[in-house]
Amino acid sequence: MSSSTQPEGGRATYTPQEAKYLAAQEAPDFQDLRRRYRGWVIPVAIGSLVWYFLYVALAAYASDWMATPVIGNVNIGLIAGLLQFVTTFGITALYIRFANRVLDPVSSRIRDEFEAGTL
Amino acid sequence: MTTTLLAQEAVGSPALNLAIFASFVAVTLALVLKASKTNKSAADMYTGGAAFSGRQNGVAISGDYLSAASFLGIAGAIALTGYDGFLYSIGFLVAWLIALLLVAELLRNTGRFTMADVLAFRMRERPVRTAAATSTLVVSFFYLLAQMAGAGGLVALLLNINGRGGQSVVIALVGILMIAYVLIGGMKGTTYVQIIKAVLLISGAALMSVWVLGRYGFNFSELLGAGAAAGAALEPGAKYGVSGISRLDFVSLSLALVLGTAGLPHILMRFYTVPTAKEARKSVVWAIWLIGLFYLFTLTLGYGAAALVGPDRIAAAPGGANSAAPLLAFELGGTLLLGIISAVAFATILAVVAGLTITASASFAHDIYAQVIHKGNAPEGQEVKVARIAAVVVGAVAILGGIAANGQNIAFLVALAFAVAASANLPTILYSLFWKRFNTRGCLWSIYGGLIVTITLIVFSPAVSGLPTSMLKSVDFSYFPLANPGLVSIPLSFLLGYIGTITSKEYNAAKYAEMEVRSLTGAGAVRTALKH
Repeated sequence: MSSSTQPEGGRATYTPQEAKYLAAQEAPDFQDLRRRYRGWVIPVAIGSLVWYFLYVALAAYASDWMATPVIGNVNIGLIAGLLQFVTTFGITALYIRFANRVLDPVSSRIRDEFEAGTL
Repeated sequence: MTTTLLAQEAVGSPALNLAIFASFVAVTLALVLKASKTNKSAADMYTGGAAFSGRQNGVAISGDYLSAASFLGIAGAIALTGYDGFLYSIGFLVAWLIALLLVAELLRNTGRFTMADVLAFRMRERPVRTAAATSTLVVSFFYLLAQMAGAGGLVALLLNINGRGGQSVVIALVGILMIAYVLIGGMKGTTYVQIIKAVLLISGAALMSVWVLGRYGFNFSELLGAGAAAGAALEPGAKYGVSGISRLDFVSLSLALVLGTAGLPHILMRFYTVPTAKEARKSVVWAIWLIGLFYLFTLTLGYGAAALVGPDRIAAAPGGANSAAPLLAFELGGTLLLGIISAVAFATILAVVAGLTITASASFAHDIYAQVIHKGNAPEGQEVKVARIAAVVVGAVAILGGIAANGQNIAFLVALAFAVAASANLPTILYSLFWKRFNTRGCLWSIYGGLIVTITLIVFSPAVSGLPTSMLKSVDFSYFPLANPGLVSIPLSFLLGYIGTITSKEYNAAKYAEMEVRSLTGAGAVRTALKH
C-alpha cells in the first residue's frame, strides 16, 4: 500500500465506508471516467479563457484595428465580440454532447455499482 | 412632451408605473404564499427541497444573475460610451463556461446547502466553514448594497421621487418586501419570483429589441450607424482606452468578471435547488442561452437608446446612464411600455436581493450557527429559526447600507463583489475540486488572503479617493493605481492557496476519495427529490 492511502492521525484501519470510497476511487472504471472528464474540461476551460483574454487584449490595445469596418457599420471589434457569444454557445453545446455520450453512462454505472456494493 | 421637459421631470406616469409594479408584487406574493405551505425544514428553506427541474432552475439562475446593473447599467453604458459597455456583457457571459465545465455538477454532487459544504468537505470543518461563511457574507453584502443603491436611482426616475428622504422610504419598502418573500416562501418562493422576473425581463428586452430594429428596417448596420452618429462609439476604447492605466484597469476588470461568476455564493447555491448533477448541468445550459440572448438584446437596446433618445438626454435624466432603457421604452411605446419596463426593472432588483438575502442567511445559519457553533448537532427547527432571524438582520443591514450608498456608482459596487468572489472564493473552489493535495491551511490562506488583499487594494484605489469620481473626493490616499484589484488579488490568492498547502502536511486520503467519487458520479450524494 502506498503511503498516500495510509489513514491519517495514526489510525490503523479505515472504516468500511471509507474503504469503500477508496476502493471505488482506485477502480479502473472510475480512473477512466476521471481522466476523460478532466481531459476534456480542463483544456477546453483554459482554451476559452485564452480566447477571451485575446479578445480583451485586442479591445484594450488594438482598438484601431478593431474599428476596421467589415460590412457596413459592422467592424472587426463587433464581429470579434459576437464570436465570443458564438464560441460560448458552441462550447456549451459540445460539452452537453460529450457529457451525455461519454460521461453519463459511465458515471451512472459506477454509482449504481457503488450503491449496490458490487464495484 | 419636449426634450427639456423630459430632462427635468420623471417620464411617463408614476401612478401607472406603480400600478404595474404593484400587480407584479401581488402575483408573486400569492405564489410565495402558496410556496409557504412546504417551507418547513432547512432543506425547504435553503433549496426548495431540491425539487426544481433543470429548466426551471436555469430560468431562475438567469433571473438571479441579470441584475439591474446588467439591464439598466449595460444598456446605459452602451448608449453613453458605445462599444465599451458591450465588453462588460461578454465577460459576464463567458464566465458561465467556468461554472458549466468546472463547478456546477461537482458542486451539486458534493454539497447540499452552501458553498462551505464543498470547501469544508475534506478539511478541518470549523475554520474552513468560518472562512467560507465570512467571504459569502462579504460578497453578498457588496452585491446587496449595489442593488439597493440602484433601487434609489431607479425610484428617482420612475416614481418622480427626487428627495433623498422619499428615496430612502422606497429603498426600505423594497427591503421589507424582499424580507417578506424570503421569510414566507424560502428558496421555493424566491425561485418563483426569479422565474417570473426572468421571463418578464427577457421578453421585455426582446420586444424592445425587435421594435428598435424595426425602426431601422431590421438592418443592424443601419442601427449602428445611427447610434454612432449620436455619439455611441462603434469601437472599443471610448472609456477604457484613455491611458495605459485605464487599459490595465480594464484587463483587471475583465479578469474579475470572467472568474467571479463561478464564485458568487448566491449563484452557487442555486445549483443545490435541483435533484441531481445532470439537472445542475441543464440549469447552466439554460442559463447560458438565456443570458447570452439577453446580452445580445442589450446591445441593440444600447445603440437604440443612443440613436433614438440620444446620449445627452440620457446623461441629463434623473437616473443618468441607468435611465437609457426606460427612456428608450418611453420613446418606443409611450407611457404603457415605460410602465412595464419600469416594473420589470423593479422586479429585477427585488428578485436579486431576495436571492442574496437567502444565501447570506443560509450561510450564517447553516455554516456558522449549526456547524461551527453547534458542531452539526443543532436541532433542525432551531437552525431554520436562526436562518429566518438572519434574513431579517441581513435585510435590515441591506436597507441601511442601501440608503447610505444611494447615489454611489452601482457598476463599481458590483465589480467589487465580483473581485472579492473571484479572489476569495474561486481559487479555493477550484483547488478543492481538482487538487488532491489541497488542505486546510491552503484554503484559509486563499480565502482570507484574497479577501484582505482585495479589500485593501480597493480602499487605496482611485475608486475610493483622489479623483472627482471617487467615493471620497476631498482626500487622496489612492496609492494603488487601478480601480479594479483583480489583476493583483486573483493571482495572489491562487499563490497563497498554493503556498499554504505545500507548507502543511495535512492530507485526508479517505475524505479525498469520498469527495472525488461523489463529485464525479454522485455516489452517496444527497439526492433529495428522488425520495418524494
